[in-house]
Amino acid sequence: MSWFGPKRSAESAKERLQLVLIHDRTDLTPAELNSMKDEILEVISRHVDIDSDAVQIAVEHDGRQQRLVADIPLRSLTRHRAG
Amino acid sequence: MTAQVITISSGKGGVGKTTTVANLAVALAADGVKVVCLDGDIGLRNLDVVMGLENRIVYDIVDVIEGRCKLRQAMIRDKHLPELYLIPAAQTRDKNAVSPSDMQRICNELRPDFDFVLIDSPAGIERGFRNAIAPADRVLVVTNPEVSAVRDADRVIGILEAEEKRSTALIINRLNQALVKQHDMLSPEDVLDLLGIPLIGIVPEDESVIVSSNRGTPVAQDTKSRAGLAFRNIAKRIKGEEIPFLDMEKQAGLWDRLQKMTGRRS
Repeated sequence: MSWFGPKRSAESAKERLQLVLIHDRTDLTPAELNSMKDEILEVISRHVDIDSDAVQIAVEHDGRQQRLVADIPLRSLTRHRAG
Repeated sequence: MTAQVITISSGKGGVGKTTTVANLAVALAADGVKVVCLDGDIGLRNLDVVMGLENRIVYDIVDVIEGRCKLRQAMIRDKHLPELYLIPAAQTRDKNAVSPSDMQRICNELRPDFDFVLIDSPAGIERGFRNAIAPADRVLVVTNPEVSAVRDADRVIGILEAEEKRSTALIINRLNQALVKQHDMLSPEDVLDLLGIPLIGIVPEDESVIVSSNRGTPVAQDTKSRAGLAFRNIAKRIKGEEIPFLDMEKQAGLWDRLQKMTGRRS
């Protein structure tokens, strides 16, 4: 929508609420979520080589159900060697 | 007769709980079912003025609990609808004068004589709210399409889930369709997507609501008011009738999507 000028306020309201509600429901602050992500990645990278730039870890909601969704691409050995 | 006990709650104050209780009560009673309203807002009673019954109060709910009168003596009959009663809150006491088990006892005494007991919950999530939801078979959460009201509604819904209260449904009050159209107000779909509970009604913003409260005659009695129609429709849905949502802008597909979100269609 950005090419129409500033974002309409309803869109900001929804985006802000989505984040606030996740934190209200899980009692997890953005800072705690970030340190948890770092810990998860640290554990995983002890065992496999991961593409840390492409990692995505976020809390998503489906109805009233919260879930932590992680998408962690692994570097293949061949690519690793080539790079 | 075994009444269903329905509590109207919201978390945030000023979203229209009391107006909703008064209007649903009037709409249900006008349809011929027996209704009693219980004002759960001890110390800040208002359901009496919104219903236009403030001059008839002799006893209140705390008088019943503390044994100064019988339950029947605290029940005020509506001026127009013989099947509608109000049990007022106490004005000079605080919410600690009532406990959740008091509310359960009063509702159990009312159940055999009525079809519906409607409880007006106070704002907040403390004692008064806990009292109001204790006897509820069903809780209707009222919200406005606005950030603070939606956030507080989510807190209330979370507490209801934790208390294992089933059959919670949402009323979106004061929807301004013009603002929604220009993308400056959360749409009903946005609110439902955020809160994730079924919808039972959308009430448009309507000046006639204020005019009716001024007069003490709830807007549900006004056949020309759009908000009045919305409240009458919610009353019918409470009775289990399948009533389509007000198609305020005749937007193609909106109605279908809302129906899906309420689980009426899969």
